[in-house]
Amino acid sequence: MKSSDVDYADVQGLVRFGYGKMKGAAYALLHVKNAAAARAWLRAAPVTNAVAMKPPPTAALQVAFTADGLRALDVSETVVTQFSPEFLTGMTEEGRTRRLGDVEANAPAKWEWGYASSIPHVMVMFFAECDGFDNFVEGAKGNAWNEAFTEVQYLRTADLDGIEPFGFADGISQPKIDWERRRDVTRPQLDYSNIVALGEILLGYPNEYQKYNDRPLLDADAASRGLLAAEDRPDKKDLGRNGTYLVMRTLEQDVRLFWQFVSEQSGGNPDEAERLAAAFVGRTRAGDPLVPPQKHAIPGIDHTDPEQVRHNQFTFAKDPAGARCPFGAHVHRANPRNTDYPGRPTGLAKLITMLGFGPKGFRDDLMSSVRFHRVLRRGREYGTELKPEDALTPAPPNESERGLHFICLNANISRQFEFLQNAWMMNTKFSGLTDESDPLLGNRAAMPGCPVTGHFTMPEENGGVPRRVSGLPQFVTVRGGAYFFLPSLRALRYFAGSEGVQE
Amino acid sequence: MVLAAIDPARETELRQLLESMNEAPGLVNAHNALVPFARFETLHFARFIILEDKTLNDVRAHGGGPAPTYSLYLAFVGDIDGEVEPFLHELARVAGAGLRSIFSCCVGFAANADLVGWMKSHNASTLAAYVNWRGRTVRRIHEEAALRDALVEHIDANQAAFRNLPPRQAHVKLQQFLNAERAAGRLKLSGESPAPAGWWLRNLTHMIGLPLLVLLALPLLIVIAPFYLFFLRRREKTDPELCWRVNQTHSDDLSRYEDHSITNQFSAMGSLKPGRLRLLTAMGVLRTVDYAARHFVRRGRLGRIRTIHFARWVFLDGKKRLVFFSNYDGTVESYMDDFINKTGFGLNAVFGNGIGYPRTNWLVRDGCAEEQKYKNFLRRHTLPTQVWYKAYPGLTAIDLERNHRIRQGLESSSLSEDGARAWASLL
Repeated sequence: MKSSDVDYADVQGLVRFGYGKMKGAAYALLHVKNAAAARAWLRAAPVTNAVAMKPPPTAALQVAFTADGLRALDVSETVVTQFSPEFLTGMTEEGRTRRLGDVEANAPAKWEWGYASSIPHVMVMFFAECDGFDNFVEGAKGNAWNEAFTEVQYLRTADLDGIEPFGFADGISQPKIDWERRRDVTRPQLDYSNIVALGEILLGYPNEYQKYNDRPLLDADAASRGLLAAEDRPDKKDLGRNGTYLVMRTLEQDVRLFWQFVSEQSGGNPDEAERLAAAFVGRTRAGDPLVPPQKHAIPGIDHTDPEQVRHNQFTFAKDPAGARCPFGAHVHRANPRNTDYPGRPTGLAKLITMLGFGPKGFRDDLMSSVRFHRVLRRGREYGTELKPEDALTPAPPNESERGLHFICLNANISRQFEFLQNAWMMNTKFSGLTDESDPLLGNRAAMPGCPVTGHFTMPEENGGVPRRVSGLPQFVTVRGGAYFFLPSLRALRYFAGSEGVQE
Repeated sequence: MVLAAIDPARETELRQLLESMNEAPGLVNAHNALVPFARFETLHFARFIILEDKTLNDVRAHGGGPAPTYSLYLAFVGDIDGEVEPFLHELARVAGAGLRSIFSCCVGFAANADLVGWMKSHNASTLAAYVNWRGRTVRRIHEEAALRDALVEHIDANQAAFRNLPPRQAHVKLQQFLNAERAAGRLKLSGESPAPAGWWLRNLTHMIGLPLLVLLALPLLIVIAPFYLFFLRRREKTDPELCWRVNQTHSDDLSRYEDHSITNQFSAMGSLKPGRLRLLTAMGVLRTVDYAARHFVRRGRLGRIRTIHFARWVFLDGKKRLVFFSNYDGTVESYMDDFINKTGFGLNAVFGNGIGYPRTNWLVRDGCAEEQKYKNFLRRHTLPTQVWYKAYPGLTAIDLERNHRIRQGLESSSLSEDGARAWASLL
């Protein structure tokens, strides 16, 4: 093993695998009842690492902590405070709720978990094939579980076969991690690439700026002995290395409201309704993007896999008017597939662009380069399936909630998840638009000077006045959320065996 | 910009007065009793801010002697159309009593003072300023926004008629609508009032004069250049970086005033690195920025950045300290990213002369490329802005450009097929 290679045995498997074959999954959100018992449970927990195995495992267990959780495990304050400010202040800090769109119906005070006393300490994630799922969970919990923890929530998930509750194929586009660190990120990136620097997803490695993100660096002592040294500070032990931040949000999806709205807007015509719904998403229900795939390959997208080519080998460059895929479509907002410079300028042209004399179209160069804002998604659906055609009927009494336990991994919460959520999803001014936020996720809340945020603009093929859909209701409501740290296995042992740092 | 030292005994009272102008922290009451901002038709942005620099110890850390002490200042900053003098008179007329009660918390303000004279004598001159769109008045912004709203509303109400209508026909149809609305007095689009002759003369003198001076000084500059670079490099390699993370209290204090609207204020201050080299560098760079902003940049852009409405740099305390104000669209995180990724060179050249800035090389390189250090540096130097007003909340600089393009298109008698397409897509 070269010194630059990642030790997969130290990384939790979720970073490398989505565990898609394990159809069963549940998230136990826990409070630490007894710190010593919790540490003992964590020391014995069979946490799955990222080493590829043949045959692949049939069950996996992952563990993540909030800042409160680290404190509850008696991790010393000088260590805890070295984590990122977003992680430390948490998702429900007031200014943050404004930026994330967690206001009005989304306000944390209304959440089912993640606010005040329901902020969890620890999340244990169980993955297994459906058959043995309950046995696996019971076995993994063992006898010590109830002594160590109290459950804040036990979130179940549903296997909807790769389809999210609104009925669209999900999880299609994911960045590819540059595990070998082959890409030179210091040069301006003039072509869209789906590869992200290792340090964007794992702490302790260079990010897209070729820099190391801040993370806890400890003095070498008995307690930190088991940790790896920091690459950039060899005199320090790197508690963050091979770990990352995990963002979780429980998003309730009102599937009936969604299909009833698009149906009503389409005069009850099911094909029209499906087209409008696809315009909201930017893909058809089968997952095909609304812009056609391009001929030349995109780094990080397997051009030998026909499904990957069909679903992901595209950018929006050939659709500058948004006539095929509206600017405000969900997938366009989530990943504009742009580069460091619009129009690939080189040499003098680059200098000219840099000084502001480049392209002067209204929508040119409005967005930040996407490579600094990618996240790895690992969420799972919950609730029972409701097919679009069945969604047009009124809800039966006591219908249960359905939606998505959104999970993403990123090394810098503010530059990645929060930027994405704020500047691209919730922003009513995304890409030169106005009065509209993400058609799926938008909270439709008014802001000073922007009383209406529920529009959706669809440029027309013939170049005429764009069609505008008005009065979008709120389809998705935030029901919970928290920022977690997903430690490396070495860091986990440091937390779990932390008698040495008790004060 | 009016700048005055605060009477220490009355600081608390002043803070209360300023807070009383807000409905909630960060949300100004545009019609507040002290300074009803909304009544000033030429005022784009305004702020009252207490310039409390919490980084004075950095001077000692830099090796510039003991941490200096300065008076605590109150700054009143406004971005206006037209000349300053008439605006000050209007201020005194409309908000005289309110301003008196605010300024009476400052050193040397007598109850019977001549308000306009006092504000003029406390004017702090701007070293460099950036305006997103020179010549675009508040009135024009409101008129063009009303135009866009009316057009969109008209289209929404007549969807069937516009659906699938070729762009040139839509253009003609909307021109007819505009003419009817104008005739009925429901829409107004004023012509541009030309800038006064005096302004043109000054502008021209500035445009030609500064390069002429540089040209004259060129032989000298060439001789000095190697020495300059030698000393610059030597300092760049040893100047300490002071980029700690901000503490939670400071962070909460900033956060309280941010992200209430689509546009945010930004105020920051810090001390310049000691010595003439850094002072001259900062002045040279900022003069260049100012010159470029006045005569050179494309409207609506600062380099590649299109989210800044107004910005200005002002020296304080005998050019020992620099304060920077701006008004930008989006959050501070996206603002910082924009600068790092799009205009890092300019950022380094200006702020690299400040104590504690991440290490630059050859003035413009690296520096803010240390993303997290730079963000820490910036956040440490950011100040909470107690009162901040914007005349057109809800409109970004991009909105203003779009609305202007809509108007321009509508006012052209005929558009090409491509031109009409591009124009229609703005609606």
